[in-house]
Amino acid sequence: MRIGLFVTCLTDTLYPDTGRAVVAVLERLGHQVDFPAAQACCGQMHFNTGYRREAVPMARGFTAAFGGYEAVVTPSASCASMIREYYPALASEAGDAGLARAVAEVAPRTYELSVFLADVLGVTDVGAYFPHKVTYHPTCHGLRMLKVGDAPLRLLRAVRGLNLTDLPDAEACCGFGGTFAVKNAEVSAAICADKVAAVRQSGAEVLCAADNSCLMHIGGALQRQRSGVAVMHLAEILARTEETR
Amino acid sequence: MTAPGQPGQLAAGEPHPGMPTYLGMPSFPDAARIAVADSQLRANLTHATHTIRAKRAGAVAELADWEQLRQAAKAIKDHTLAHLDTYLLRLEENVTRAGGQVHWAQDAGEANAIVAGLVRAAGADSVVKVKSMATQETGLNEALAADGISALETDLAELIVQLGHDRPSHILVPAIHRNRAEIREIFRTEMPDAPAGLTDDPPALAAAARSHLRQAFLSAQVGVSGANFAIAETGSLVVVESEGNGRMCVTLPRTLISVVGVEKILPSWRDLEVFLALLPRSSTAERMNPYTSTWTGITPGDGPENFHLVLLDNGRTSALADPTGRQALRCIRCSACLNVCPVYERVGGHAYGSPYPGPIGAIISPQLRGIADPVDASLPFASTLCGACYEVCPVAINIPEALVHLRAKVVDAKREKNFSPERVAFTLSGRVLRSPRLLAAAQRAASASRRVVARKGRIRLLPPPLSGWTETRDAPVPPPESFRAWWARTRGNRS
Repeated sequence: MRIGLFVTCLTDTLYPDTGRAVVAVLERLGHQVDFPAAQACCGQMHFNTGYRREAVPMARGFTAAFGGYEAVVTPSASCASMIREYYPALASEAGDAGLARAVAEVAPRTYELSVFLADVLGVTDVGAYFPHKVTYHPTCHGLRMLKVGDAPLRLLRAVRGLNLTDLPDAEACCGFGGTFAVKNAEVSAAICADKVAAVRQSGAEVLCAADNSCLMHIGGALQRQRSGVAVMHLAEILARTEETR
Repeated sequence: MTAPGQPGQLAAGEPHPGMPTYLGMPSFPDAARIAVADSQLRANLTHATHTIRAKRAGAVAELADWEQLRQAAKAIKDHTLAHLDTYLLRLEENVTRAGGQVHWAQDAGEANAIVAGLVRAAGADSVVKVKSMATQETGLNEALAADGISALETDLAELIVQLGHDRPSHILVPAIHRNRAEIREIFRTEMPDAPAGLTDDPPALAAAARSHLRQAFLSAQVGVSGANFAIAETGSLVVVESEGNGRMCVTLPRTLISVVGVEKILPSWRDLEVFLALLPRSSTAERMNPYTSTWTGITPGDGPENFHLVLLDNGRTSALADPTGRQALRCIRCSACLNVCPVYERVGGHAYGSPYPGPIGAIISPQLRGIADPVDASLPFASTLCGACYEVCPVAINIPEALVHLRAKVVDAKREKNFSPERVAFTLSGRVLRSPRLLAAAQRAASASRRVVARKGRIRLLPPPLSGWTETRDAPVPPPESFRAWWARTRGNRS
């Protein structure tokens, strides 16, 4: 299958290891991965902060970059939900019939990585090996907007050597919320404090999620506290094999 | 007074005297900053919200057809709102036929003046009140006091709030921010007839309130209530409560005045059934509501001799004009969204500057009052958009969708006005983030700066506005090369 990788602006800029991991996993499964260089940002931050007008050209850029792929795969449940859930409304609001047609074509074929692997390809064992104690945080947009269900957990359970431990109150928000973390920094930090306490209570060495934005938030607090708990995107765990480390 | 069926008289965004007692409240971030630092408040809220949250989940899980009930409720409300003029006239006709009198109030001032006039006409200088969101919204107690009329709140939690010279902080549990030790202290200092040696044992506190209220019930000439539902086909009102105090207020006084938002209407009794299944499980986690009082006009020899229904607009028809925002008018004030909200759990209700706190308040207040005031302009941003509110809402209000819709309204209203650093930042970042070329250049700059901005491989301090982040969280250090640069370097020939 010819797959277009939508790496997302955050992962592209700050977490390139996640992008390389997605490529490694998909290629290991025998798929051809393209990175269309015309891609940029999906526009979610602008859209969610009220700058809808500014998000429209980003939606146009996305559809132009990814038209024609059998599947578009992204390592972000949050960006995938922006494209799948909000692009149609954004296009109709902008009165852009061409964009609406392009969205109708590309949005339904845009998948978050774990959904693509577990539900579209039907693969849960991707040949990964990761001998560590891991806990999983289901991010809000994955859980409640995209409804990825237990796809990430099915993938993690199939990783050899991985000891999956429960995260207390797992479905509670981490308090990131995009620009919320800046506009209401104190409340965001208060919510994050409880998430960090739950992560530490789980006894895990590694906190895993399928969204680097939430991991940037929780991981930033874990690092500030010298907690010793690492954060890793799901893709990076799935990319590890006996050969890599 | 205005006639019904003339919606949209107030333009969206126009300053609105809708909730006079909440004028000049601080913006949400300022109020929330203070609230999160209050350890007693945090402890009270964590305990209360987690308890109600778990009970509600259990009560809802018992019904296999919960989702169908939820969709039915949504459909009933949407139908009613789409034909609001028809059902309001039908309600007025049937209330009048049953011996009641209907009054129309366009805003808070009109509603309060109508009620004050009716109380005076009844020859009374005091009223007993059933817990009512609509009269909190209009600031009725304060308006009556200015007219020399005293109002006694008879819902236990509302009484605690009133005696404490406080404001409600939760739709269903107005004193959720108080624990029993604080309540004992309020009773001891503010309730003249509090028994000596009052403890903080909940039954003892309830008994003290009970004897305090009983005399007022028996001597009251006028009762004031809201209503959970108004049934158009018979002109009946429904009050749902769990103490029985509400029932005494609506049955004992000679005159009953009910102030009801126009969106509380239901076409028929069959529709009510759906809501009586959804509301108690969503709000108190009860299978059936304890005291459900219904009345239709007046009945000679039984209950009040005079019944007045004040139908309140106060911004509702302007909300109705907004196709995305109007879903907030489906709200049945169950407060399930408050109890699951990560933001409400940390800051409580007062920070929302409105009788309607939490996620639903963040979409109702700016629609009823407009977005001219700083608190109303800040409310749509008082959310992480986690979606827990939408998940539990018994009438399926997509609160995150309404929040981002209202955020755009706030941003657009400010576009042509004064200079805003945020708008400049979003305009510039928008240009970068839609251009692969500019994004790549920014990434190269970030990677080049990594040794400058990071100390010992960490970023612990960023300038405002990002300093709020680094106060408690490290910021990510840019990598040596972006993914884009890595791909171009290693696989550029393939793309």
